[in-house]
Amino acid sequence: MRILSDGCAHSGSLGLPAPFPILSVETDNYRTKTFTIDLSLDALPGQFVMAWLPRFDEKPFSLVAADPVTLMVTAVGPFTNLLHAMGPGDPLWIRGPFGTSFRLPGSGLRAAFVGGGYGVAPLLWLAQTWRRQLEGATVIIGAGTAADLLYVDRFNALQKEAMSPGVPLEVLTCTEDGSAGSTGLVTDLLSDSLRSGETDLLCACGPHGMLAAIDSLGDEHNIPRQLSWEAYMRCAIGICGSCELNGSVLCLDGPVLEYGRTEQDAQPV
Amino acid sequence: MSEDLPNPSVTFLDRELPSPLVLASGIWGTTVSLLERAADQGCGAVTAKSCGPEPRAGHVNPSCIDWGGGLLNAIGLANPGVDEEIGLLREAKARLQPRGVAVIASIFAGTASEFGDVARRIASASPDFLEINISCPNVEDSFGEPFAANPDAAAAVTGCVKQAVAGQAIPVIVKLAPNVPSVGRIAQAAVHAGADALCAINTMPGLVLDPYSGQPVLANRSGGISGPALKPIALKAVYDARKACPHTPIIGTGGVSDGQDAVEMLMAGATVVGVGSAIYQRGPDALRNIHAELRQWMAAQNIASIADLQDRAHSEPLYATSPSIPPAPSAH
Ligand SMILES: Cc1cc2nc3c(=O)[nH]c(=O)nc-3n(C[C@H](O)[C@H](O)[C@H](O)COP(=O)(O)OP(=O)(O)OC[C@H]3O[C@@H](n4cnc5c(N)ncnc54)[C@H](O)[C@@H]3O)c2cc1C
Ligand SMILES: Cc1cc2nc3c(=O)[nH]c(=O)nc-3n(C[C@H](O)[C@H](O)[C@H](O)COP(=O)(O)O)c2cc1C
Ligand code: FES
Repeated sequence: MRILSDGCAHSGSLGLPAPFPILSVETDNYRTKTFTIDLSLDALPGQFVMAWLPRFDEKPFSLVAADPVTLMVTAVGPFTNLLHAMGPGDPLWIRGPFGTSFRLPGSGLRAAFVGGGYGVAPLLWLAQTWRRQLEGATVIIGAGTAADLLYVDRFNALQKEAMSPGVPLEVLTCTEDGSAGSTGLVTDLLSDSLRSGETDLLCACGPHGMLAAIDSLGDEHNIPRQLSWEAYMRCAIGICGSCELNGSVLCLDGPVLEYGRTEQDAQPV
Repeated sequence: MSEDLPNPSVTFLDRELPSPLVLASGIWGTTVSLLERAADQGCGAVTAKSCGPEPRAGHVNPSCIDWGGGLLNAIGLANPGVDEEIGLLREAKARLQPRGVAVIASIFAGTASEFGDVARRIASASPDFLEINISCPNVEDSFGEPFAANPDAAAAVTGCVKQAVAGQAIPVIVKLAPNVPSVGRIAQAAVHAGADALCAINTMPGLVLDPYSGQPVLANRSGGISGPALKPIALKAVYDARKACPHTPIIGTGGVSDGQDAVEMLMAGATVVGVGSAIYQRGPDALRNIHAELRQWMAAQNIASIADLQDRAHSEPLYATSPSIPPAPSAH
């Protein structure tokens, strides 16, 4: 077990994976399902776990929630297809949580949460966790087509919930083919939103191209951003270098990296 | 404060290094930016991930896990192949040379002559040193038992590599395996075949099982143990290699997690100290912390230079051998 610098042993298992039964499976779209696992972790939005199917493979997934552990899985290849064939009661081996979380720099801020594809996975939990401390938030969800959009219903439900304590939460969607929401990319919606109103912080998760574009937009408008990057993970514990991005190991220094602000401002939520 | 601490510089293979810490091969891979990060944290030399003749994807996951006493890995020598590695090493050298930090290339291959071929190609990147990995426990399926298991095989590889780089004055380091009956014998064989230095040790073969599925955890089934569990094994291997080869520089690697571990490794016979798994065990600032702890330890013990620590375990003991003899166990 690794002892963290504060002297505390980690609450999850950073070491060996252990099996936990799947509690429920919900279908989100034609290729995405959300799995709830009979396990609770002491974790924060933005962190991820490694899911293992013995002798098959082990892959990283963002936490959609930690109590109970919830994972949104898009079927794109062998591992995710095998996972999609599993149901309640089947065991899934988990180790984690790993990596950095999003960090709330202060109260009374206006945040934009931007998710592309399954990049929305950590953002719902993030918006839920932060909403009471925010002055307002804009959620931007993008995908290729209407069928690929994820978690719009869940964000809409959160919007209703947020209204009662009076936190304005705007939910915007876009698709590249215009089949739902506005036509175009999340960065189109984001740049409109940045031009029209106050935004203090950008939080985003999605493919590299999208994050790079958001980074330059934020830079242009001088807005700090926290971006959650993806890479091929092997060890997930910062030792093998497989997940390197510009001198950072994304499994340990990331996946959430901060840009455009001083380090000491950031506090864990 | 740090101005008052002892100077940690050290001479390794006629080269003055700013620190005795060496990033072990395979840790943080081969990306230039991570080698640079290790250098910034206080390494005197950095070793790139071992590279072979062709690009290699490595094993699927899990390929590296923490089992409680250290790590077990079977990354499977994932590497971009020697041709791409040449560019990476050139860039690493350009960035690290101004800091006085040496770049060690590491290579592996399937036969002695192939080792020679990879060495010849990698030499065009002019690494400061060339380490030959004859001891990786994780590629047995494709390559049979490691060359480091047998003195003749170790000597044959060393000879081929020395010949391949003969014109370039790149010193050759042979990386030894722990799981042999006599590390000293393999060390001597390598040195007689021309090795300029030794690195001891690579990981120790091991297996970790998942009791719920009854299956090995690593996709490769077995892997190499590193980290704290390896430390006493590494100390013995370094001690034995030093005894067998009194004048050969040694990179002592295995389970060094703090400054005192580094001190012990130097005392066992290491010239410089390799650090790998500590970057997990202690976190990403491990190298910086170990570097500071080593200097603090030296200051506290009034030790002025790294040379004063080297080989101490081989010097005369403080006291003469005790004349007392333990009683033989009796049946009553
Ligand atoms: C920190 C982190 C968090 C992640 N969180 C999630 C998550 O919450 N939900 C999730 O579904 N995935 C997530 N992923 C990605 C997930 O790990 C991969 O989708 C998974 O490894 C695919 O494994 P596979 O064997 O099914 O397919 P592979 O054979 O590994 O991949 C098949 C092909 O699909 C491509 N691909 C991978 N992911 C996608 C995608 N989403 N859309 C289109 N193509 C893709 C790959 O590049 C490859 O070419 C995350 C990855 C990281 C690094
Ligand atoms: C993830 C990982 C990858 C490694 N890859 C290599 C490699 O490519 N070549 C090599 O010679 N040694 C490799 N090693 C072995 C280390 O260089 C070192 O000899 C060993 O880990 C013992 O040192 P440590 O206990 O400080 O980690 C690797 C070790 C680990 C943990
Ligand atoms: S996956 Fe190994 S360092 Fe990040």
